[in-house]
Amino acid sequence: MTALDQAGAPPRPAPARRDWALPPALRHPGVLFGLAVLALVLVAALAAPWLGTVDPVQLRPRLRLRPPSGAAWFGTDAFGRDVYSRVVYGARVSLMIGFSVAAVAVAVGLAIGLVAGYVRFLDAVVMRVMDGVMAIPSILLAIALVTLSGANLLTVIVAITIPEIPRVARLVRGVVLTVREEPYVEAAIGAGTRLPLLLWRHILPNTIAPLIVQGTYVCASAILTEAILSFLGAGIPTEVPSWGNIMAEGRQAFQLAPWVILFPGLCVAATVLAVNILGDGLRDSLDPRLARRVGSLR
Amino acid sequence: MMSRFIAGRLAATLPVMGVVAVIVFALLRLAPGDPAAILAGDAATPEQIAAIRARLGLDQPMLEQFGGWLWRLLHGDLGTSIISNQPVARLIGDRIEPTLALACTTILFAVAVAVPLGVVAAWRHGTWVDRGVMAFSVIGFSVPVFVLGYLWIFGVAMNLRLLPVQGYVSLAQGFGPFIERLILPTLTLSVIYIALIARTTRASMLEVLGEDYIRTARAKGVREPRVLTRHALRNAAVPVISVIGLGIALLISGVVVTESVFNLPGLGRLTVDAVLARDYPVIQGVILLFSALYVLVNLGIDLAYLLFDPRIRY
Repeated sequence: MTALDQAGAPPRPAPARRDWALPPALRHPGVLFGLAVLALVLVAALAAPWLGTVDPVQLRPRLRLRPPSGAAWFGTDAFGRDVYSRVVYGARVSLMIGFSVAAVAVAVGLAIGLVAGYVRFLDAVVMRVMDGVMAIPSILLAIALVTLSGANLLTVIVAITIPEIPRVARLVRGVVLTVREEPYVEAAIGAGTRLPLLLWRHILPNTIAPLIVQGTYVCASAILTEAILSFLGAGIPTEVPSWGNIMAEGRQAFQLAPWVILFPGLCVAATVLAVNILGDGLRDSLDPRLARRVGSLR
Repeated sequence: MMSRFIAGRLAATLPVMGVVAVIVFALLRLAPGDPAAILAGDAATPEQIAAIRARLGLDQPMLEQFGGWLWRLLHGDLGTSIISNQPVARLIGDRIEPTLALACTTILFAVAVAVPLGVVAAWRHGTWVDRGVMAFSVIGFSVPVFVLGYLWIFGVAMNLRLLPVQGYVSLAQGFGPFIERLILPTLTLSVIYIALIARTTRASMLEVLGEDYIRTARAKGVREPRVLTRHALRNAAVPVISVIGLGIALLISGVVVTESVFNLPGLGRLTVDAVLARDYPVIQGVILLFSALYVLVNLGIDLAYLLFDPRIRY
């Protein structure tokens, strides 16, 4: 996950043929494990109504704070709502936030990084702005953005995405700066290739592997950040059962009913762990040299 | 040469802080609706809103507003809380002790644990010790800080009744009760930091342990502990120190959450309370303070390289 931990390992032999880059990645144990867990969570999220769940927002005051049992597998919360059903439905929110933040942050970061790396006179300005955004602690920036723009799913996604963009932009810019010195890029320029085609055909393909890896880390970070934002009371509206919201509502009665926090907490941890392991596996198998460049400093 | 580097590095922080200032200023202006109405709260009368608008100079051109705000900022005026009507600078001053205390214990504890872990993992590369450290560092990155906090409270404070559950006692009221209430928050907050530092130490040590001078040192009979500390760790120190600095960002986010879990009356709680009350000047003040802190710590670390590694000459 962090930039340096593979730096000392001997480089793996490079795949003989470039177009076979993905299948070996799928044989990496970390990638398989991460994908398997992620698939499990995804299936649970999609099939939530058929997994023995009840209405996740139904209040049943007479069944308040019941410990886990055969009837309520994860117990009930302070309003008598079934924690198991809420956790299963909450997976939808967490996955949606993880995937959409990763997609948007990668897309925007890619665009900014390409511009900064290729358009010399914009480079200094764009990267100073990115440095400034990175200097603001990401949770605080996200909190401020959510508070100002009103809490709903869209603003939460935007607020989590903005602090993630500079890291992606830096990564892409780094790749571009390296690649643009390569002989084949100079040859393409010499042959009169126009800038859009040059970026699309010669520069962009080199950013795909690092972006896939960075994207998984962004996804993991986004799921964690949603949980933290909701927990602090600056997340998506409390009537939506997200993992962070379930835990936030479990705070008051924690000493009586620890299960309300512990079960969603385990789900967050397991999902984020799986995504992180997936990212580490992809990084090691797609390109060992990535280890120096990709990082997930949250 | 050296003074030129220091001056250049100092100058490079200015644009970064400038961008931070612009973002923090823009935060309130970009919000949908009238900032004065937002600041005044839901129950405000039109007269109150007009008074706030005049006080903040919202009727002036944007550039003038920014200039005035920045001018006051540079003179230490962070604005006034709209809830308690106290200067934001004083509110921060009142709340800074628990946060500083928690940050210091966390950094000390994390470095003391993580660096030896990383060194041993690299030294015993490929064994179960190494895998254990790596597994810990991946897991440490994946568990939300507050879940860890509640696990500690649940296990140590509630079931074993070893430590107080929550709260804070100032250092002035005695070291024992002070440190007793910081143990669980420190254990909570340091996990992610230990994961980060241990990983980096291991990677950096692995690189250095493959160098010729390590083989030479061993060949001439230097004992292993001395090889690891004097020959290897000293040369592996630069990435470790720089990740300690970059990790401050993690620590700041973690502090906000940890203080909420353990009910510590620090800056993190101040922030969360300000968020819930929509006290924008306080939110802005805390963000500015933490961002400046992050920039300054990393500036300090860049300068510290000059002391730590005589090979670095800019």
